[in-house]
Amino acid sequence: MTPTLIERTSGAGEQTLLTDVLIIGGGVTGAGIMRDLALRGLHTLLIDKHDLCAGASGGNHGLLHSGARYVSNDLHSAIECRIENELLKRLAPQCVEDTGGLFVAVEGDDPAFAEAFPGFCQSAGIFCEEISPAEARRLEPLLSEEIFRAYRVPDATVDPFRLALENVDHARMLTDSIYLPHTEIIRFEIDAGEIRAAICRDNRTLAALRIVAKQYVNAGGAWAMNIARQAGCTDVNLLYSKGTLLISHDRMTHHVINRLRPPGDGDILVPGGTVSVLGTTSVRTDNLETNRPTVAEIDTNVIEGAAMIPALATTRYIRAFSRVRPLLQSSDSGDGREATRGFALLDHTSQGLINFCTITGGKLTTFRLMAEKTSNLVAERLGNTQACTTDSVPLPGSAACRWTEPGAAPRYWYKANNPDDMILCECEMVPQSAIDEIVRCAPGAEADMTLEAIALRSRAGKGPCQGSFCGIRIASYLYDRGYYRDKTGLVHMRDFFNERFKGMRTVIWGQQAAQMELAEALHCGLLGLDNLDNE
Amino acid sequence: MREETRKFDTELAVIGSGIAGCAASIFALNRQIDCAQVGNTGAVAYTTGYLDLLGAIEESSAAVAKPWEGLAQLKNLHPDHPLSRIPVTDIRKGFDQFATFLGECGITYTAPRESNITALTPAGTLKKTLCVPATMAAGPEAFADKTPCVIIDFKGLKGFSAREVVANLQDQWPTLLAARIIFPDMDKGEIYPEVMARALEVPATRTRLAELLREAAGEVKVIGLPAVLGMHRPDHVRAELEQLTGLTIFEIPTMPPSVPGIRLREMFEQVFPEKGITLIPQQKVTALSFDTDGALLCLSDNYGPITIQAKAVILATGRFLSGGLEAHITGISESLLDLPVSQPPSRTDWYRDGYTDRRGHPIHKAGIDIDTSYRPLGKNGKPYNEHLFAAGIILAHQDWIRGRSGAGIAIATAYKAVEAAEKFLLAQHA
Ligand SMILES: Cc1cc2nc3c(=O)[nH]c(=O)nc-3n(C[C@H](O)[C@H](O)[C@H](O)COP(=O)(O)OP(=O)(O)OC[C@H]3O[C@@H](n4cnc5c(N)ncnc54)[C@H](O)[C@@H]3O)c2cc1C
Ligand SMILES: Cc1cc2nc3c(=O)[nH]c(=O)nc-3n(C[C@H](O)[C@H](O)[C@H](O)COP(=O)(O)OP(=O)(O)OC[C@H]3O[C@@H](n4cnc5c(N)ncnc54)[C@H](O)[C@@H]3O)c2cc1C
Repeated sequence: MTPTLIERTSGAGEQTLLTDVLIIGGGVTGAGIMRDLALRGLHTLLIDKHDLCAGASGGNHGLLHSGARYVSNDLHSAIECRIENELLKRLAPQCVEDTGGLFVAVEGDDPAFAEAFPGFCQSAGIFCEEISPAEARRLEPLLSEEIFRAYRVPDATVDPFRLALENVDHARMLTDSIYLPHTEIIRFEIDAGEIRAAICRDNRTLAALRIVAKQYVNAGGAWAMNIARQAGCTDVNLLYSKGTLLISHDRMTHHVINRLRPPGDGDILVPGGTVSVLGTTSVRTDNLETNRPTVAEIDTNVIEGAAMIPALATTRYIRAFSRVRPLLQSSDSGDGREATRGFALLDHTSQGLINFCTITGGKLTTFRLMAEKTSNLVAERLGNTQACTTDSVPLPGSAACRWTEPGAAPRYWYKANNPDDMILCECEMVPQSAIDEIVRCAPGAEADMTLEAIALRSRAGKGPCQGSFCGIRIASYLYDRGYYRDKTGLVHMRDFFNERFKGMRTVIWGQQAAQMELAEALHCGLLGLDNLDNE
Repeated sequence: MREETRKFDTELAVIGSGIAGCAASIFALNRQIDCAQVGNTGAVAYTTGYLDLLGAIEESSAAVAKPWEGLAQLKNLHPDHPLSRIPVTDIRKGFDQFATFLGECGITYTAPRESNITALTPAGTLKKTLCVPATMAAGPEAFADKTPCVIIDFKGLKGFSAREVVANLQDQWPTLLAARIIFPDMDKGEIYPEVMARALEVPATRTRLAELLREAAGEVKVIGLPAVLGMHRPDHVRAELEQLTGLTIFEIPTMPPSVPGIRLREMFEQVFPEKGITLIPQQKVTALSFDTDGALLCLSDNYGPITIQAKAVILATGRFLSGGLEAHITGISESLLDLPVSQPPSRTDWYRDGYTDRRGHPIHKAGIDIDTSYRPLGKNGKPYNEHLFAAGIILAHQDWIRGRSGAGIAIATAYKAVEAAEKFLLAQHA
């Protein structure tokens, strides 16, 4: 199949791109659709107004659900999770750590719920094995002594960044499909029941871009309602729930630890490489753009989490973040967590459009299934008869995508054993060669990458110093390479630190306060990054 | 085996070996007060070597060109700032004595002037400061005159890129060039400033480096290097390299811990004991208590427990980084005596949303309150103890980071705290 991408410059000086399918939203869902369609031979363009995983995909718990979490209140989702969990473990093992999960009830939790739990699991077909509280504490020594019931389930963890990057990269390999970062949909040109073009803006250059596709897919996650409305569709109705998570400096447990009770605040602790992620809270919000953790949410998570793992009350946290879950408006209950975790695919024919669809809701765990359903609709509309193969074709690993994996960088570095390849991020051992590879050929690589874009494609800045030191060193290296050539490099540095700070602001106590003081002494006291605009 | 407790008796005990603690010891020496100092001298190594007095007025964005005039403006806007409470003449005396002492001990500094120096940073940005080490002085001069100049960096020295310095200064300094050389005998892998500096203590290394520098400079007569020009006799190392090359040479600080900071640390550790100060470096006081005669400091080192009996104590333990203050999920406390800490009402207020906000973060203004005699206040609002004084950035109502005033606050308040302690000691003797 030859790509149908043609560039031409129209009279107005605005660039036009042609493709089979335009996918809006570079979360795991959009990335998954891109690969699914590419496996069917179709050419796609994926755009994101920020960058890959800028939405919920880059700010979640990273839990590859076994489904057990949903057995008591959403059997359908639980079953979907079970199936997808097994598929991902088999087909994308490089993105998954098969940690196993525990559900534990602590003194004060409802014994009846704990009693009924294995039965719930059984009806969803989910493996569940009771173990004694003593055995649970042997597996996870930090668990509270107050535990009275414990079960093992096949939970695992997944790296959404690598998942998205590799889906995008595979689509590129298959059909030359293209991913464009910082490209935002502004409006659609609609004529006679069809979208004729999508008008986009490059958020860095502010240049306009016209994309002409045969089919248009809205994979905007929490933003899906807004995007649908831009196409005149009023059938996507979402409410929003904000969730806040914390990252601890150390990995606290080997397994995923769930509280054995109906879903509530601070009741899941998920390991991720060398750290653990604690969460979440859930509050209704109308705000999609500037959600930040609050001190109250942090304190709630810490207090609730400490009931399962007392050490969570005293451990060092390095980061907190908030993201928004889109809630499909099917229930009008007040608690965001109660609403369905299922997903919705809308074909918008009722809205008078025949080449537009919206996929939203769901979970990271079910992204492949969501992509399959969406791609089935799109392929059918295009008269493409190829069946979905993402449930059997393994996701190939790509060299430029490997740097997001904790522990990968030091492994490659030791193996290469090149003393001139110096480590730039000392917390996560990211060497110069990783940065070179990312700016050269990672998905979305381009001429003037920000430090944030580089960090997104690696572990740089994810360790205890949160980029305070490596941000300076990586910028310095990029100057040295002639990649940064003027003060924009300093601006990238400042923006990177400002961005990282958003995640640190609410967890600065204990050692983090010392860390932060040193960082500020360097960034502001010495380098004057707080005064760049006034120089 | 039970180790015997070693006991010291002194007039004045200084807790903390940052700039404030070291300055306090120097001022005590100058006033012939018998003195003991405890504290990890690592904190000094963080400084770039630049001694800032006032580079900006807190909560505003303009850089301060004339720091002494800036102090008047500071006083208007922030009357409770520690520098606003000190007569300018005393601040001058403090700086003069401090810089003179460093010079006498082999690390020459430029004398404080009316105007701030516009100094260079390793990122090629500019920084206002009052005094710079003599090894760095030619840099700001060359920048001011836009003299043709080559910034030279070294293969394997991470975090210092001549091209970065040039890229960020080129529009203000068009005749600036970048070059890279290989440090003698360090051609493979990563190399470290401290190791390079020690290597340059050896004359043969200097001769070989001089050759490389001359080549890299080409026709240009002024060169800038990362700060690696020797550890114990930097002025001598620079002078000799200048003589060997026929070039004007200056240093630019590297990222901390940088060589100029380590120079200060090693110098203090050598000179203080020679001058009769009881110095117990690398240790922390674990308990501090008072009786009618004075204070008792408890600590221990590798050889066992130590107690220091002192008639007066200066607390100069710094902030979070040095451990003088502690931030807890529930609030900020002072670590040694649990002194009351002036602080924002709740953790929500510690930081603003924007990290690089020019107005700075309220947490940085937290600290301990003192009375006019530099005595920390206790919970009842009265001095905690008549034997106790405090100095340095542990004091409340200042943001040394945004104000670019770290050394200034440390030196000036140490000067006043020692003055107050001396007055108290004299009254005791009388
Ligand atoms: C706090 C929290 C914890 C979670 N934990 C888990 C978990 O542990 N396990 C699990 O399976 N699931 C979890 N989820 C759910 C999971 O994260 C999401 O279901 C999944 O990431 C959704 O992916 P998506 O691609 O559909 O949407 P998103 O990842 O939100 O992607 C939408 C993208 O669209 C882009 N966009 C928006 N508007 C425009 C526009 N106008 N033009 C161009 N681009 C646009 C955005 O920048 C964004 O990148 C969690 C969710 C939250 C909020
Ligand atoms: C990265 C960085 C760069 C800097 N650059 C500059 C610069 O360019 N120009 C400038 O003017 N200033 C600079 N400073 C500021 C300067 O180094 C000092 O921080 C400042 O002058 C304040 O000094 P201080 O002595 O009050 O506190 P600190 O320097 O923090 O010293 C506190 C001391 O107390 C000790 N201590 C703490 N608790 C105990 C205890 N229980 N017992 C014994 N000892 C204890 C610590 O070990 C430490 O020695 C910089 C600081 C940093 C961190």
